[in-house]
Amino acid sequence: MVPIDDVKKIAELSKLTYSPEELERFVHHFQEILDYFEHLNSAPTEGINPTYHALEAFSGTPFRADETRPSLGCSDAVSNAPEQVECQFRVPKVIE
Amino acid sequence: MTEINRLSIKQLHNGLKRKDFSVREIAGAFLDRITEVDARVHAFITTNPERVLKDAEELDQKLRAGEVSMGFLTGIPLALKDNIVTQGTRTTAGSRILANYVPPYSATVTNRLRQSGALVLGKTNCDEFAMGSSTENSAYFPTRNPWDLDRVPGGSSGGSAAAVAASEVPGALGSDTGGSIRQPAAFCGVVGLKPTYGRVSRYGLIAFASSLDQIGPLAGTTADAAMVLQAIAGHDPGDSTSAARPLDNYLVEIGRDVKGLRLGIPKEWFGSGLDRTVESAVRAAIARLEKLGCSIVEVSLPNTEYAISTYYIIAPAEASSNLARYDAVKYGYRSPNPKDLEDMYKRSRSEGFGAEVKRRIMIGTYVLSSGYYDAYFLKASKVRTLIAQDYSNAFREVDLLVGPTTPSLPFKLGEKTGDPLEMYLSDVYTVTANLAGIPALSLPCAITEDHLPVGLQILGPHFQEGLLLRVAHALEQELALQRPVLPR
Repeated sequence: MVPIDDVKKIAELSKLTYSPEELERFVHHFQEILDYFEHLNSAPTEGINPTYHALEAFSGTPFRADETRPSLGCSDAVSNAPEQVECQFRVPKVIE
Repeated sequence: MTEINRLSIKQLHNGLKRKDFSVREIAGAFLDRITEVDARVHAFITTNPERVLKDAEELDQKLRAGEVSMGFLTGIPLALKDNIVTQGTRTTAGSRILANYVPPYSATVTNRLRQSGALVLGKTNCDEFAMGSSTENSAYFPTRNPWDLDRVPGGSSGGSAAAVAASEVPGALGSDTGGSIRQPAAFCGVVGLKPTYGRVSRYGLIAFASSLDQIGPLAGTTADAAMVLQAIAGHDPGDSTSAARPLDNYLVEIGRDVKGLRLGIPKEWFGSGLDRTVESAVRAAIARLEKLGCSIVEVSLPNTEYAISTYYIIAPAEASSNLARYDAVKYGYRSPNPKDLEDMYKRSRSEGFGAEVKRRIMIGTYVLSSGYYDAYFLKASKVRTLIAQDYSNAFREVDLLVGPTTPSLPFKLGEKTGDPLEMYLSDVYTVTANLAGIPALSLPCAITEDHLPVGLQILGPHFQEGLLLRVAHALEQELALQRPVLPR
């Protein structure tokens, strides 16, 4: 069984909070999913390299010329911010 | 004459050229249809009738004045899944966290459709951040299957598939990370194509799992899907994973003969877990392909049994990283009166994300965390190599693979919502194409006695979309299935 402290630590890393009832329900499904993953252990991966990108074999990273181009203006960039002041993102105080 | 909203993109295009109707009349017909049926289907999150009608009238004027030329998509209304950004039009990704997000820019596919003369009719419902197989994970409402309103349309692009099936729009875009175009296409009896990874730009697609996500068309016919793909595909400097390869002419490709093509049947896809009705419909369709001159060969994809685990480790891992951007600072929901910055992050994310999205962030963070990385993420990434090798080995023997898109018929609303693992297992035939990056298409191949559609999946080597469309088109002509009639 996955220790509840591990789950709390993962929630902390994920910047998520769960109520005690939500946590109980979550742990049940989480455990079921992790148990299902167990059978991956039998996959014959000895000497096999991992794949992180579907077309690694096809293409390298393309490069573009280092030229300035127009981008979003400041008022557009902050237009969806929950709070903004003078074209800047406003957040709760972070420095004491 | 058939009602305008029952016509295909190709028929609409021909009608416009013959001046049977105007762009304004087309737009009006589809908007009327949405008014008539969408209160029951719930395919759309956002529609913008005033803008669509205004765009349509302007386009009519330009066409009359000879200021624009008539392309395949000129004057054609299309819908976009609500995880594709549209400048000035709200884009939610089916999430409460983006309930008020109005993008300051458009996705490359949005711009390409507009440049082709298409009208963006609206934004379609989807599982939150495209995470789901039934569209029940939308933060807004579930979409219903036009063939049977008690059943799910599939997901995550369920709104796009249902809108096409209900003749609310002749074509739409979806996104497919593990089957999210093909499975709803199968459940709704429409054509859905997931292109090769890199064939269509992901710029402006709200990211779920960046090494798997791909945008593609859903439409009533193969030819319509080909036309939409032609407009959106091709290299884009805005997406560094977009492929710099020339584009095939898909409309020429679909007209070519299928005689002599070798089609592989993956034997692992016909074992236990496959619904008998689905199996017999798929086998009957394969027999018709043989009749058309294709040869049928049994092949093996031996690592199929690891598909779901591999996908449900890799996709959440990438999602947990991608969704870290929802920090309540730059855009998206912010919980009121936070104590401090940390409290703001946690409360905003916990209140803004739904249960399935949180579950996947948690799974992803877990499989990437110190102590579990090797056992889960690294192991799954190695199995991903094996799954890709299964396909490359098969494509040395055959031109394409054919099999079922889904293990079952469309299920009832609420049937699987209590059991996430069971929902995941319904993606068994679709996730491997994303892991390998290959193109795959779902074509309706039968309508059951209970009046539900069955999807046939066709998969090919990288960049062989033309070949998939060619075989799908030939079978579609041979089968000549009807479209759904929406229950009253």
